[in-house]
Amino acid sequence: MSAISPVRAVQQVTVFRSRRGAELVLVVLALAVGIGAYAAVGLGVDGHVPPDILGYGGWLAGLIIAAHITIRIVAPYADPVLLPVVAALNGLGLAVIHRLDLTRGDTSFASKQLFWMTVGVGLFVATLVFLSDHRALQRFTYTAGLAAVVLLLLPLAPGIGHEVNGARIWIRAGGLSFQPGEVAKVLLVISFAGYLVLHRDALALAGRRVAGVDLPRGRDLGPILAMWLVSLLVLVAQRDLGSGLLFFGLFLVMLYVSTERAGWLVVGGFLFVAGVMATYVLSGSVGFLTHVRNRFDIWLDPMAYYDRTPGSFQLVEGLFGMSWGGLIGRGFGEGRPTRVPYAESDFIMAAIGEELGLTAVMAVILCYGLIVERGLRIALISRDSFGKLMAMGLAVSLALQVFTVIGGVTRLIPLTGLTTPFLSYGGSSLVANWVIVALLLRISDHARRPLPDLSVPDDQDSLNTQVMRLP
Amino acid sequence: MTMNKPIRTIAIFLMALFAALLINATYLQYYAAGRYNDDARNRRVVDAEFSRQRGAILVGRDPVAVSVKTDDLYKYQRSYPKPELYAGVTGYFAYGGAITGVEKSQNDVLSGDDSRLFVNRLIDLLGDKGPQGGDVELTINPKAQKAAYDALTSLPGNVKGSVVALEPSTGKILALVNTPSFNPNKIATHDFAANQKAYDALNADPDKPLLNRAVQMALPPGSTFKLVTASAAISSGKYDASSMVPGGPTYQLPQTSGESGLIDNEGRDCGAKTVKFTQAMENSCNTVFAQLAVQVGADAMQQQAEAFGFNSSWFDDLQGTNGKTSLATSTFPKDMNPPQTGQSGIGQFEVRATPLQMAMVAAGIANQGTVMKPYLVNEVQSADSDTVATTEPEKLSEAVTPATAREVTKLLVATVNDGTASPAAITGIQVAGKTGTAQSGQEDVPPYAWFVSFAPADNAKVAVAVMIESADIPRDDIAGGKWGGPIAKKVMEAVLNQ
Repeated sequence: MSAISPVRAVQQVTVFRSRRGAELVLVVLALAVGIGAYAAVGLGVDGHVPPDILGYGGWLAGLIIAAHITIRIVAPYADPVLLPVVAALNGLGLAVIHRLDLTRGDTSFASKQLFWMTVGVGLFVATLVFLSDHRALQRFTYTAGLAAVVLLLLPLAPGIGHEVNGARIWIRAGGLSFQPGEVAKVLLVISFAGYLVLHRDALALAGRRVAGVDLPRGRDLGPILAMWLVSLLVLVAQRDLGSGLLFFGLFLVMLYVSTERAGWLVVGGFLFVAGVMATYVLSGSVGFLTHVRNRFDIWLDPMAYYDRTPGSFQLVEGLFGMSWGGLIGRGFGEGRPTRVPYAESDFIMAAIGEELGLTAVMAVILCYGLIVERGLRIALISRDSFGKLMAMGLAVSLALQVFTVIGGVTRLIPLTGLTTPFLSYGGSSLVANWVIVALLLRISDHARRPLPDLSVPDDQDSLNTQVMRLP
Repeated sequence: MTMNKPIRTIAIFLMALFAALLINATYLQYYAAGRYNDDARNRRVVDAEFSRQRGAILVGRDPVAVSVKTDDLYKYQRSYPKPELYAGVTGYFAYGGAITGVEKSQNDVLSGDDSRLFVNRLIDLLGDKGPQGGDVELTINPKAQKAAYDALTSLPGNVKGSVVALEPSTGKILALVNTPSFNPNKIATHDFAANQKAYDALNADPDKPLLNRAVQMALPPGSTFKLVTASAAISSGKYDASSMVPGGPTYQLPQTSGESGLIDNEGRDCGAKTVKFTQAMENSCNTVFAQLAVQVGADAMQQQAEAFGFNSSWFDDLQGTNGKTSLATSTFPKDMNPPQTGQSGIGQFEVRATPLQMAMVAAGIANQGTVMKPYLVNEVQSADSDTVATTEPEKLSEAVTPATAREVTKLLVATVNDGTASPAAITGIQVAGKTGTAQSGQEDVPPYAWFVSFAPADNAKVAVAVMIESADIPRDDIAGGKWGGPIAKKVMEAVLNQ
C-alpha cells in the first residue's frame, strides 16, 4: 500500500452503493425458483400442486426475507448477489429432496432439511448480528485451528464415531448425527487466515532462488508439512479422500496468495503428487488404502465395476440418469432418480441432471461460479489482509468442494464423498455453508462500506507535503 | 494492493475448473449420452422401452397382441387375447429384450421407432404424448388359423406338429400353427418371478412348446418330397403326367447290394417293370421316384430343390430374441453319389424341410411354377389406423415352367381322387395333394406324418403343409394321408368357404 501515491489512491476509491433493493428483487426471483420447483414436483409426481404449498412457500419466503432484512439492518453494504443465489440453490435442493421423498414414500428428508435450513438461517442471522467486525475472529487463530483438528479427529473416537460407506466422517450422539468436517472447514479457513496474516512476510521473504523459482526456507516448511500430515491423516484414518484433498488444496492456495510466491505451489504440488503416488503404490499392501485405489480404478473404467462390490453401481446409475436426462431432462416425476443410492446427498446433481437436464446442471454450476466469483471479488476489494485471506479461503473451499463433488458425480475426476453445498441433504453441511455466506457478507459489508469521513482538511495534506519538503 | 495478483491467478484457475465442469457435463449429457443409453444394463432405458404404448398386432380388425394400460411401473401390459392359437406368429414381448416372433421382427413399428411413422412421432412430440407405436396387420386368415389349430389339437394324445397355409399367388401366410403351443401372456407378465418360472418350465418341457415347428424345425419330408422329384423328372423333358415311368416292386440302389440298398413299396402296386406316372404318384411308389432321381441326377435334383427354396433363407417376419430369423434352412444335400440321390428322391437321406418349405413347394406348383416369397405382415398402420405401408408380393423363383406345373398338378389331383391322399378330397372342388410318412432314422422315434395339398387345383387359393412329428398314434398306423389329410382338408375348406 505504501507504494501507491496519495493522488492515485484518491482516484481508486470506489463508492459502493448498498444495492439492497436489487437484492430484494433477486430474492423474489430466487423464491420463485424454489417455490415454483416445489409446485412442479407436486404436479409432476402426484399430478397436483402440493397441498402444503402455502405453508411451505411461506416458511421458505419467511426465512429468506428474514435473512434479507438482517442484512439490511446490520450489513447494509454487503454484496447483493450472494443471498439470492444461495436461496435459489437451497430452494431447488429442497424441491429435489422432496421429489425423492415422494417416490420413496418412506423418507422425509425434505422436512428435516427445511428444519436444518431454519437452523442455518438462524446461525446466519446470529453471525451477522453478533459479529460486527470479522477481524474479531483473528484473535481465535490458534483456538480455531485446535478446534478444527479436534473436530476432524472426533469421528475416530470410539463410541461417538460412526462409519458410513467406508468413510469414518460422522459422529453420532443422542439420535443426531453430524459431520464435523463441514464445520472444521470454516474453522480451518479462519485459522489459516489468522496464521498467514502474521507470518506471511517471513514465509515470503526468506528463501533461495532455484531455477527461477523462489523456494522457501526449510524451517518455514513446518506448518505446510503439518497440514499435509493432517490431510493425510484425514485421508487415511477416515478414508475421506475428498476432505483430505480439500483441506490440503485450501491451505496451499491460501499460502500462495498470502506470500505471493509460486514456490509454495511447486512444493505443495510435489507433496500432492508424492502423496497420490505413495497411495497408489502402497494400496496393494496397505489395507485401508485399497478404498482409495478402488475409487481410482472405478473412475478409469466404471462400466467394468457395475456389478461388483465395492463397485460403481452408484456412479454408473448416476451417469445413466444424467445421460437419460439429456439436454432438457425428463421432467419432475418422469425420471428414475431414486435408482441412484444417496441421490438426496452426494448424488443430488445426478437427480437434477436426470429430471431437469443439462440446462439445470449448467445453471447450478453457474450459480456456484457466481458465489465463488462474488467471494473472490470480496477478497479483492477487502481492505484488510485478514478479511482478504478469509474471503479468499471461503470462496476457494466452496469452489474446490463443488469441483470435487460435481466432477466426481460426472466422472471428470475420481469420486470422493463430499456434499454439494446448499443442495445436498445434510444438516452439518447446510448450516456450515450458511455461516460461510454470513462471513462473506460480513467481510463484504466491511469492504464496500464508505470510508469513514476522517475529515482530514485539504490543507492538512499540503501541510504534510510541506513538511516532507523540509530539508 | 498486495495479494490481489495471486487472487486473480487463483480466480483464473478456478474459472478453468468450472469451465471443465461445464464442458464435462455437456459431454456426458449430450455427446456420451447415446452410449450410456444404449448400455444393456441401463434399466431406465430398458424400462422405458418396455413401458411404451406399443401398437397392436392385428388379424383383420381383431388384435392378437395388444398393450393394455396398467397401474404399475411399466404403464402398459402386453396382452395376447388368443394366446395359444397365435403364439407361433406373435411370439412374445417380455421384459429385458426378451422379444420374439412378429413382436421382434416388427419391433420398430410396434414401438413407434420406425421412420415410416415419423410424421406421427412428430405429432406425438408436439402434443407432449409419449411415442405411440404403429399397428401391424398380418396376412393370417383367422378361420384357416383356427381350423388348423383345432384340427391339429384334435388328434389323439400329446400332439407335436405344425400346419402352414399359403396363398400361392402372393405368398401370404394364411395359417401358421404349432402344437404344443404356449401362452405368451405368462411370459409377458410384469410379475417377474412368475414369468421367469413360466419361461423356465416351457424351456424345460420335453415337448418343446417354445419351438416354432413351422419354421424352426426341419425334418425329413418323406414322400411329400416326391413333388420335387416329379418336377425334376418332368422338367428333364422325358416324361409327362401320362407317361410310363420305371417302377417295379423293389429297386436295388446303384452301387449297393443287399437289404440296406433295397427300396420297396410296402406292398403297394407299382407295376412289374414300368408303371403309369399317375399310378406311381397315387400309390407313392418309392421304387419309381428313387429311379427317377437317379435318372435325373444329383445336380438336377439339387437345382430343382433349391429352386423351391431349399438351402437358402428367405423369410424374416419371425425372429428370435437376437433379431435373426427363426427360419431353419431346409436342406438338400450336395455332391451326392447315385445311391444317395436315389434316397433323396423319396425325401430320405439328408433331405430336411420345414413345414413352411413344404407349403412353398405345393404353392409353387399351384402357382404355375412360380414360388412367391412367403410373408406374414400385410400392412403397417399408424396409431390412428392409417395405412402407412403395404407389403407387395415378391417372386422368389420360377421353380418349374407352367407346363411342368400343370403335369405335376395332374399327378397330385389323381392322388387325391384315386390314391393315398384321398382323405383331403373336397366335394365339388378339385384338390391336389400328396402324403408323406418319413422315417425319422432313429429307432425309438416314430415316423413323421406329412401332408401337402392345394385347391382348387386349376386356380389355387390355398396351399397347405401339415407335419405331425408325433401324436398318440400306434406306430403301424402312422400315415400322412390318414392323419394329415383331414387336417389339410379343413384348412382348405376354411379358406375356400368364405
